[in-house]
Order: sequence, then C-alpha cells, then structure tokens
Amino acid sequence: MTRATLQALLSHWWRNPLQLFTLLAGLALATALWSGVQAVNAEARASYDAAAATLGEGQYDRLVRRDGQPMAQDTYVALRRAGWLVSPVVQGRLDGVRIVGVEPLTAPGGIGPITPTEGADITAFLTGDGQLFANAETAAQLSGLSVVVTPEAAPGTAVTDIGVAQRLLDKSGLIDSLIVLPGQPKGRADLGTLAPDLTLQPAQGGSDIARLTDSFHLNLTAFGLLSFAVGIFIVNGAIGLAFEQRRPVVRTLRALGLPLRQLIILMGAELMIFALIAGVIGVALGYVIAALLLPDVAATLRGLYGADVSGTLQLRPSWWLSGLAIALGGTAIAASGALYQMAKMPLLVAAQPRALAMAAGKRAVVQGIAAAVLLGLAGVMMFTAKGLIGGFILLAALLIGAALALPLVLDRILAGASRGAKSVTAQWFWADTRQQLPGLSLALMALLLAMSANVGVSTMVSSFRLTFTDFLDQRLASELYVRTENEAQSAALLQYAEPRTDIILPIQSADTQVAGQPTEVYGTRDHATYRENWVFLQQAARPWDTTFAGQTVLINEQLSRRAGLNVGDEIALQGTVFGIAGVYGDYGNPIGQVVIGEAVFLRLYPDIAPRNFGLRMDPDAVPDFVAGLEAETGIPATQSVNQAGIKAISLAIFERTFTVTTALNILTLAVAGFAILMSLLTLASMRVPQLAPAWAMGMTRSQIGRLELMRAVMLALLTAVVALPLGLALAWALLAVVNVAAFGWELPMYLFPMDYARLGLFALLAAALAALWPARRLARTPPADLLKVFSNER
Amino acid sequence: MNVKTFLLALLLPVTASAQGFAGLGTDADGFSVPQPNPQFAFPADHGAHPDYRIEWWYLTANLTAEDGTPYGLQWTLFRSALAPEDGDDWSAPQLWMGHAAVTTPDNHYVSERLARGGIGQAGVLADPFAAWIDDWELVGDWDTLRMSASAPDFAYDMALTAQGPLIFHGDAGYSVKSAAGQASYYYSQPFFAIEGTLQLPEGNIAVRGNAWLDREWSSQPLADNQTGWDWFSLSFDDGNKMMGFRLQQTDGNNFTSATWITPEGVTTPYTDSALVATPLAVNDDDVPVRWRVTLPAQDVDVTVEALNADAWMTTSIPYWEGPVTVTGSHAGVGYLEMTGYE
Repeated sequence: MTRATLQALLSHWWRNPLQLFTLLAGLALATALWSGVQAVNAEARASYDAAAATLGEGQYDRLVRRDGQPMAQDTYVALRRAGWLVSPVVQGRLDGVRIVGVEPLTAPGGIGPITPTEGADITAFLTGDGQLFANAETAAQLSGLSVVVTPEAAPGTAVTDIGVAQRLLDKSGLIDSLIVLPGQPKGRADLGTLAPDLTLQPAQGGSDIARLTDSFHLNLTAFGLLSFAVGIFIVNGAIGLAFEQRRPVVRTLRALGLPLRQLIILMGAELMIFALIAGVIGVALGYVIAALLLPDVAATLRGLYGADVSGTLQLRPSWWLSGLAIALGGTAIAASGALYQMAKMPLLVAAQPRALAMAAGKRAVVQGIAAAVLLGLAGVMMFTAKGLIGGFILLAALLIGAALALPLVLDRILAGASRGAKSVTAQWFWADTRQQLPGLSLALMALLLAMSANVGVSTMVSSFRLTFTDFLDQRLASELYVRTENEAQSAALLQYAEPRTDIILPIQSADTQVAGQPTEVYGTRDHATYRENWVFLQQAARPWDTTFAGQTVLINEQLSRRAGLNVGDEIALQGTVFGIAGVYGDYGNPIGQVVIGEAVFLRLYPDIAPRNFGLRMDPDAVPDFVAGLEAETGIPATQSVNQAGIKAISLAIFERTFTVTTALNILTLAVAGFAILMSLLTLASMRVPQLAPAWAMGMTRSQIGRLELMRAVMLALLTAVVALPLGLALAWALLAVVNVAAFGWELPMYLFPMDYARLGLFALLAAALAALWPARRLARTPPADLLKVFSNER
Repeated sequence: MNVKTFLLALLLPVTASAQGFAGLGTDADGFSVPQPNPQFAFPADHGAHPDYRIEWWYLTANLTAEDGTPYGLQWTLFRSALAPEDGDDWSAPQLWMGHAAVTTPDNHYVSERLARGGIGQAGVLADPFAAWIDDWELVGDWDTLRMSASAPDFAYDMALTAQGPLIFHGDAGYSVKSAAGQASYYYSQPFFAIEGTLQLPEGNIAVRGNAWLDREWSSQPLADNQTGWDWFSLSFDDGNKMMGFRLQQTDGNNFTSATWITPEGVTTPYTDSALVATPLAVNDDDVPVRWRVTLPAQDVDVTVEALNADAWMTTSIPYWEGPVTVTGSHAGVGYLEMTGYE
C-alpha cells in the first residue's frame, strides 16, 4: 500500500516536471545563498579564532604601556625578576604579513597554533636566523625567510621567536605587550612601583576583531536570510500549487481507505527527500558562491578592520550540515501550511480549479491583519529601535509586513482599474489579472523584497560613497604625506621640507582607551588646514581655538556615540581632564579618535615622536619635491604618498566592500525573476480553461499572448511602485539605525532617482523576460486544447 | 609550541656522533667534553660553562621544624645549551630551567621556571656568585648563601652557612658515568647548615637542617644504552656522608659509582659495582621508594625510605625527588632522585 501510494503521489511530479524543477531549484537557490553567506562568515570567524589563538586573546590578562607604545625589554626582565610571570610579545607587519614574536619558554601552553612538526627544529627556531610558522598562503609572501608551512597558522600571520620578530620588525630591545600567566607566585612585587607606566588590561571574552566585525557579518547574515526567504516563497508557491492539483489524487487515495495519518507522513517524506536533494545541490552551489565572494570579503575586512581572513575556503562539516538542515527546515516551513490544509480538508471536497484563488480570498483577512501588525511594529520601531538587533527587527518587520500587504494593495489597485475600464476586453483584462493575483502573489512578493532590498542597499551604498568621498576631500587636505622610519629621517625631512612647503603638519598618535573604548589620540598643529576643512556634527564656540590652546579636545562620532559623550562632557587622557569642544564625522574608521593640540600631546605623550607628516604645497610641485627628497635625504619615494594616491587607496577599499553587497543584490533579483517565471509557467497550464471562453468569443491567441505579457509587465510595474517607498524606508533604517549600531556613525541619506529608474527598468525587463515564454506558450496553445475545455468534463 | 617535547629534546641531547668525538675534547657540535685530571679554578668554576651542553646548581636540604616534623627542600637551576656559545640578546643559545620543591610528610609542592639566557632573566655569575631565574635566587660567596623561590602555593627564603670544604667526586672531580667512558665534572658542598622559613598553605614554618649543593656539568652525561638514574645523597648521624648513583641500562645491568665523605671532607671514590642499590618496594606509580643500599667497603648496609612516597616532580621532564630516612648499619637522612620512571 505504501509503495502504491507513494507511486501515486510521485506520479504528479513526473507529469509536472516543471513544478518539480521549480521546487528543487527554488530550494537549491535558497540554500545556496544562505549557505554561501554562512560559509563566508564561518571562514572569517575561523580566521579570527586562529588569530586570537595565536596570542591567547581573550584568555589572558595583558600588560601594556599606558600610552600604547612598546616598552623596553628591560621592563620585562625586571618584572620577571620581581616574580611576575609574564611572557613577552612583539607584533608588527612585514610585507603585509602580521608577524607575531613569542617567547616559547615563558608563553602559556597553547599560545601559537603550532605543534612541533617535522619542520620544527628547536635550535633553528630559537637561534640563528630563526624560523617563522605560517600557512602556505602567507609563506608565499615571506620571501627570503625560513618559513615552516603549517595549516594551523592564522591567515596572514607568521609566528616566530621574539628575537627574530624584534629583528625583522626593527624593534630591537622593545616589547609590545606582556601576557600575564594564570597562577602568579606568592610575594610578587607591586606593579605600580615596578613599572608605573604599565597598565593591566583584563582578558576580555572573545577577540577584539571578532567583536569589531560582528556587524559586518550580521549584515551578510541578514542578506543570506533575505535570499533564503525569497527562495522559500518560491518553494511555498510550488508546494501549494502541487497540493492543490493533487487534491483529486488525495481524495481518491483516501476513498480507497488510506489513513490520513499515513498519507500526511508519506507526503512529508516525499518533500523531505526533495529537500535533501535540493539541499545537496544548494550546498554545492553555496560553496561556489562563497568561493567567489570570499576574496572580496577578505579584502573588505582587511581594509576596514585590519582583520586577516583567509582568502581560500575550507569545507567544514558544520557548514554543509547546517546547509542541509536549513533546506529541510525551509521545506518544512514552506510545506506546513499545505499539509495542514490537506489534513483539515473534508474527505470529499472536489478539486476546484479556483481553489487557490478562493483559499486566497479567505486567507486575505489573516494576511491583512498580519501585515498591519508588522507595519505598525515597523512604524513604532522607526522611532525607538536601538542597536543592531533592533535594527534588524525593524528591517524584518518592514519587509515582511510590506510583502504580506502587497497582494492586498495590488488587489485594491486592480479593482479600482477594473471599475474605470470601459471596453469589454479591458474589463476582462483587469478581472482576469485580479483572478491571477493569488497565484502570482508569492512571486511578486519575492520581486518586491528583491527590489526594495536593492533600492535600500544601493541608496545606502551610494550615500556612503558620496559622503565618504566628500569626507576624504576635507580630511586629506595636505598635498603630500611622508612617513619616516626613524628620528634621523624625520629631521632630514623637516630640514628639506621647511623652505619648500607652506607648512609641515606632523601627524602623531597614541593608542589608548577612553571611557573603555579603544581610541587613538592625535596631536594636531594649529593650522587653517584643520580649521577650514573639518566639519563638526556638534560643536561648542570656537572649538579649534580652545583645543589648540590645550583646554579642550575634539572627538569623533564613533567615540561620541559608543561612550555617550557629547560637547560639554569631559574625558581624561593620561590623568588630565579635558572638556569636549566638538564632535566630528569620521567615516570609515572603526575605532574612537580624540584630537588634541600639539603642545598638549607632547606633554601627555613625551615618548612619541611623529613619524608621519602632512605637507602643504603647490600640488604641481609634488612630483619634483618627492624626487628631490629622495635625492637629497635618501627618504625613498615609496615613503611618500600624495593626496590622490591615498584617496585612491581608500576608495578602492570601499569599492571592494560594496562589491559583496552588489553581488548579493543581483543574486536576489535573479531569484525573484526566476520566481516570476516559474509562477507564470505553472499558472499558464492551469489557465487554459479560463482563456478558452475569451478565445471562443473571438480573441486571437496572439492577442491573448500579448495581454499575458502586458499583464506581467504591469504587475511588475505596480510592484516596483510599491517597492520604491519601501526601499527608501529600508535605506533610512539602514543608515539611521543599523549603520549607527554597526559602525558608530550616521550617514546623511541621498536620493538617486536615476538609479531607481534603472532598477525599475531592470525589474520590468526581468518580468517581461519571465513572461515571454509562458505567453508564447499560451499564444501557441493548439486550438484543440482550447476546444477540449468545452467538451471535457473536468 | 609544545614546550615539553622541546625540553626533552634539549636535556637529553647526547647524540651518537657525540660519543665518537669524546676523546678529542669537543664533540661533533663543538661542545667541550670533560677531560680527566681537571684543574678547577674558583670562584670562576662556580659560574656557568656555556661551552658545555648541560650544567646544574642542585641544592637539596633535609629540614626539621621546631615541632620535630621533617621536611625536604629542593632548589635547582639547570642550564642547557643549544650551541657552545653565549650572547647578550635573545639569540644566545643558552636555556635555563629552575625547579623548586618542598616535601612534607603529607604533601609535595613543586614549581618550575623556564627562561632564555642572554637577556638577564636567568643566569649564573661566578664572582660575586649569583644564580637566578626570575625571582628565584641563590646568591652569596659559598661560605654563606641566601636562597629563595616562590610559587603560587609555596615559597621559601633560606640562609646557608658552609661548615666544611668542597668535595670532588670520582677522580678529583672527573666523574665517570658509564663503562664506555661518559663523564662529567662533579663537585659538591655537602656541609651547609641551613635555616629559614617555609611558606606553605599549612602556614609559615621555621625550619633548620643541612643542605647539599651539587655542581655538575658535561656535554654527554649518559651513554646511549642508559635510560635513567637513581641518585642518593646520604648524611649519616655519625657525621659521614655518602653520594652514590646507579645508572640504569637497557641491558638490565647498572653502572654505579659512589663517594664516601668523612666529617672532615676527606673523600674516597668508588667505581663501578662497589655500590649496590636494590629496589625493595614501589609506590602506586611503580617508582621504587624503598631501597637497600650497600657499600661493603665502608660496611654500609642500609634501608633508604622516602619520607613521602609521592614526591613526584610534575615538571616539563618529570622525575622523582624527595627526602629519605636511612636505617640499618648507619642511621641518617638524605635525598633521593630517580629519573627514567615516567
């Protein structure tokens, strides 16, 4: 019996391969987008974990200098001799690779993801030229050094002995931080008397990078979820349609005595098998998507946060298992409604061709209420939402609410149009469109989601780009920036530049913590460059005057928002209290920033000498200046970057950031187009009975085909009209809520009508393309089939 | 970095090639090799010998509290060289390892420190004498020394006073370790009176007793077929002292050596097989903690039993080290070290 039943049920799919394809393809696409994004996230997180494990970040307390500068190696020895069990660490970058120097004898167990392998030679590691441990990718960047390749090493990181790191990084006799080991001995001397310039940083759960990049990954996840939702819409449509069409089979099977319970189990099992197949395909596709996206994501994370992420993807069981699970879960969600209806259906209810539409009519009320509640929630959240989670709830409520409301809104519009229609054909067109709406509504919802996401994200991206470009113009006012390697170079530069430039602006900074936030303090020389170019979001009277006079500080928006600091509040730097005179926009910077006058900086951080200089001069004189500098002082041209160069680098980083979102945007739109195609194709075969009378009354098949095409384009147009305000609302939520929570700054919103028009055109084109084939099929329906409608009893 | 694997590699560095060059004064890697008829020069030889692979400053003490409770104490600094040279930065190929322990009848407290040479974190200077690793120190002029060590669960601070001369083991300090001729330079100061305070979880305990400081360095301490050693330092109630060791061999035989030390510091060396040490009982980990030790030439036939059978050193290279009591032909106290039982 089971076998026969299963055969009867499955026969539906063999007779409707297109539906089967829709089901599998929809599910596979949904799984692919979701698991692709998850793979990217998993890879990035694994990279952070490996990086954190390199130094046991989050596990151990650390000692660092208060002003963030390296400490003398003697301080380490003094602490050890006083009973402090600490282990020294030196860090820095060499050819873009993060070099981490550890001291293996004192480091806590598990520091450095390295176990002695065949390449590990203790003597070679500790003495002579030393050895670096890195993965194959990183090893390739470290030419000329003895590198042992180990897959366990964190991406972009090479671990080596502290002595080797000091030599490679030119930090002889210096130590960046000390790991404080658990289990300190009795009677150890007080830190305050031993090394008063050191401060103890307690271990924090989770690595800094992981917390910084959380928002980025949440963004990706949200995109993955959106794509998955669109895919599930398709699957839900396919399953609903299939169940509708199988009602006669179900009726017959049950009349033959098949228990309802067994029937439901069999139908569920059938779907789960499909889900598994689609899941496997989806995971494979997801892998491809992830592999294509990962290099851009890695570049973005490196550019934005300095996080090293492996550019190559590893297959992780947790990832493909979760991909399969989400395919099964998604199918279960998509099918639960249909299965529930099947279970509730009275035994002998006849299969009705309009069942879909009629069921939709009953569902409309529930749907309307749900839409109203969600949109209401979104309305409230617009004013109250705080933080990333709040932002995403707002986005979800807005999107789902609008999607649910879409069929109702379209239905109202069509009803209105139908009332205004004069000719019979027009009346039939509107009425028939309304009739089709329930069958198309899922596909249209998918289109709405895809379009509004597109509008929202592209508005955000473009607003960001515009703001950021302006910001770079203000901020990078100096014509030339020169970095020096040491005191001698600094002195040589100053001497050479003095007579040849309008002014030299030293750029000096110290890393510290302000109100618990990692913060850079910049010492700034009084000059019009700053006074004229910087734009304040909030400011007291004459902020530059008081700041250059050493009375106040200026802080960036990130610090202001995260620490809740505003103009008039006070912060302490090295024990000195300053009032805040201004808050400035600082787009693209992940951490807090404080600007103080140069004189105050020298007093607070006497050990820090500037190594970067901004030079104001005639832009045309820059090339000669750089050449002359190299010739006269030996400071190589590679240490000079002109303004245009920095801008180009900064913009390139941000272009890559948004390559990722653009790619996901296009994928979502493609899925929506596919949904329309599939809905129209399945509807087309069902619609022959409704088109036959129109044909019988004298409308030609090609006329019917053209009307079909028009209908699709018209529905897409209406959806686009709804999508635009929704997309703008989305953009606003992204800029004003999500962005603030994620990055710590608010962006002004700009509108890009041409972009929206182009997007609308694409959507119409996609809908037209999707409708072309079904319309042609209708136009070519053999008259015999149309005639059969009148002769066959259905 | 797996420190343990790495240290094992370091502290047992004797390679086959090293043996063949023994007679030439240096081994294949350029390390110096002990030669017969040594001429020691003090205080210079109290200091480090970086051209030898391994070296130690090894102090053990039998202590008694005012209430008569016996305690044992250990302070050891090991030097291990990756190459026969010194230096004054991280590239110096000298590694240091400190072990400190306090043994009570019921507990055994252990701590370990590791450090690189060359940067001042650990080292030994000859004049004025100072041996240190981190905050652990052994400093003074060898007539008097101060010694301290600390750990999360214990610490001690001790003052030592020499009450007799240095003594030299083997042939005037050239101590043969195998039939094949492996040898080390080996001398001791077994006549220290020691007093100070133990800080234990049980409380602070004032103790006094006697201490034995061993100095030994070599580039080839064990032969290929030797797997570990049992080392005894016994102080008898009649004032005589005895050092004896037994090197275990893979063929089941042993190589033994002993030094008889009179209260005046006159020594009599005994070569292979004069000393016989036989395990009588083992602890839960199969480590022999009761021995019969005989040296017929001095009419010694004693039973040596651990004060605390669980004196296992849970260090990078684990071994057993603890105070013992001696009964039989001679009564007394002493220290027992056993390696190769892991």
